[in-house]
Amino acid sequence: MSEQITWESYRDIAPPGTVDLGCRLAEQLRGKRLLHVNSTRWGGGVAEMLHRMVPLFQDLGLETRWDVITGNPAFYQVTKSFHNALQGDPQEISRDMYDAYLKTNRQNGRKMDLDADLVVIHDPQPAPLIYKRRNKASAWLWRCHIDASRPQRKVWSFLKEHVAKYDGAIFSLPHFAQKLSIPQYLMYPSIDPLSDKNKDLPAEEISNIVRRFGIPDDKPMILQVSRFDRFKDPLGCIEAYRMVKKHNDCCLVLAGGGAADDPEGAQVLAAVQDAAAQDPDIIILDLPPDSNIEINALQRAATVVLQKSLKEGFGLTVAEAMWKGKPVIGGFVGGITVQIVYGRTGFTVSCVEGCAYRIRYLLNNPDVASRISESAREYTRRNFLVTRHIIDYLSLMAAVTTS
Amino acid sequence: MKAFQFTGCVEIKELTGRRADDETRLMELIEEAPDDAIYYHTHSYFLRHFYISGPYPNDFANWAAIQVRDKVLGEKLSAITPSSGYSLNDIRAELIEVIDAHLSTLKTVPSVIYGQPFHLMKSRIIEIPTQLSAGDLRAFRDALAVVDASAIYNHIFEARLRVKKGRSDFAIWMEEVLGLGELAESIERIDAYMYSLEGLREKILLLCDQAIRT
Repeated sequence: MSEQITWESYRDIAPPGTVDLGCRLAEQLRGKRLLHVNSTRWGGGVAEMLHRMVPLFQDLGLETRWDVITGNPAFYQVTKSFHNALQGDPQEISRDMYDAYLKTNRQNGRKMDLDADLVVIHDPQPAPLIYKRRNKASAWLWRCHIDASRPQRKVWSFLKEHVAKYDGAIFSLPHFAQKLSIPQYLMYPSIDPLSDKNKDLPAEEISNIVRRFGIPDDKPMILQVSRFDRFKDPLGCIEAYRMVKKHNDCCLVLAGGGAADDPEGAQVLAAVQDAAAQDPDIIILDLPPDSNIEINALQRAATVVLQKSLKEGFGLTVAEAMWKGKPVIGGFVGGITVQIVYGRTGFTVSCVEGCAYRIRYLLNNPDVASRISESAREYTRRNFLVTRHIIDYLSLMAAVTTS
Repeated sequence: MKAFQFTGCVEIKELTGRRADDETRLMELIEEAPDDAIYYHTHSYFLRHFYISGPYPNDFANWAAIQVRDKVLGEKLSAITPSSGYSLNDIRAELIEVIDAHLSTLKTVPSVIYGQPFHLMKSRIIEIPTQLSAGDLRAFRDALAVVDASAIYNHIFEARLRVKKGRSDFAIWMEEVLGLGELAESIERIDAYMYSLEGLREKILLLCDQAIRT
């Protein structure tokens, strides 16, 4: 199915003129070679994004390759520690671990063909590959997908030595940026409107899924889709729901995953189940990672969607719900503040009471909810679809490969 | 007759790494900022809000009102609307003057407590010719209805301010090539800072339709 999706497939989905604009921009770059490198072919947001974007770049006439670095389990253990440290979670990283990281990159660099006009290296795992740049005319960009706004200093200092050799770095939000001597660009991530998670679904399929999960269909559904993580504040969602329930009959669905292979996630899930007690209108769903259609259906069936995070990276679940024409109430953190224009495309809130108030407001003012939903969908169409993301890459490529 | 060529644009957003947590620092940032940063926060703002306009028409006003929760400064900054002949330096000077005057009335400097700091950004615009062109008003109207909204931005804001033509490309072409001075004037009179790009598209289409009917 996904093999048949081309740039042209987005003509009636993207804003008017966007597909043509992308074609004109790609014409200016015809013959240029683009290479993406990350550390995994499957699993995780970056791989998911590249699976869709690489064929689109190729369809637009760019010679595009995607390569991955490989390493032994020890390497992935080091890079996992790096990842956590860059996100502000203190880690013990020994000299041997740094050496293993560099050695794996050297080994990969020896066997990889890194010759392209633009090389985009994703995240910290392959960052030292910059030392394998042979073609001085090529441009190398480091794409940081993680929230590295408050990194563990020692780890960042080590990584910075490599990053500083690039021609530029790309971050997802302004406050993720660091003090660097190279240009830093801003590029929001995106959702794919044609993916299983976001494509249109028949009404019957949606109701079947809702029924299968035992969700009442005779009352409004408040939904949060997030892994069971305390920073996603599922307990705050339950508190807000209880405040709303005094005034409006509704049900709360907390759909997430990650509890099976994450001890902390399992603890949070247990706490959520405990807080839900025996309330039959609170439905907790611990979903497997490939539940894209199910999540799509839940988002489409919801009346109001929450993303009541206390800490957040970009929070693309907000754009997913907005794309489905749902009013979203989100925590005033991270990328949620970029996606939600207060009162226009949703509401940002800072506490449980604010969240409860906005749920009640939307449940009791369906005309307002409908207006916000419409704006939210259009705002997402313009700003958070893969079409905009492709154009961002093409323009950056035009800028860095010609300057 | 010289056809009107619609040219869209894309913006490359660059982070400067400089930020402000309070209004004094914001004023200093504005003083030090390159023109491309003033432009980014006061104009290419519209490129990022194709469909809906934010509460105020520039990033400085929105930050003061929403992140610092100083609505008075937000409102004062929102009133800075560049008029004909304005340069980016004029806008910079006015922003500084407004913040300075506001701060002189306060005992403490308003700062971010719950919100996010102001991150100074700058932009670089890359023009992209579209395949749309028009030789007369009807063809212009039809092309305008479907062209990427960035072309509206490019022909109005970019033409007036960064390229320093003083007027929009639309008005120049209508007057100089079509001889439609009145329509050109009507388009120039639209307060572009009060609309999203889609709103501007609708407004100009309406004026074209009226001119075609008469």
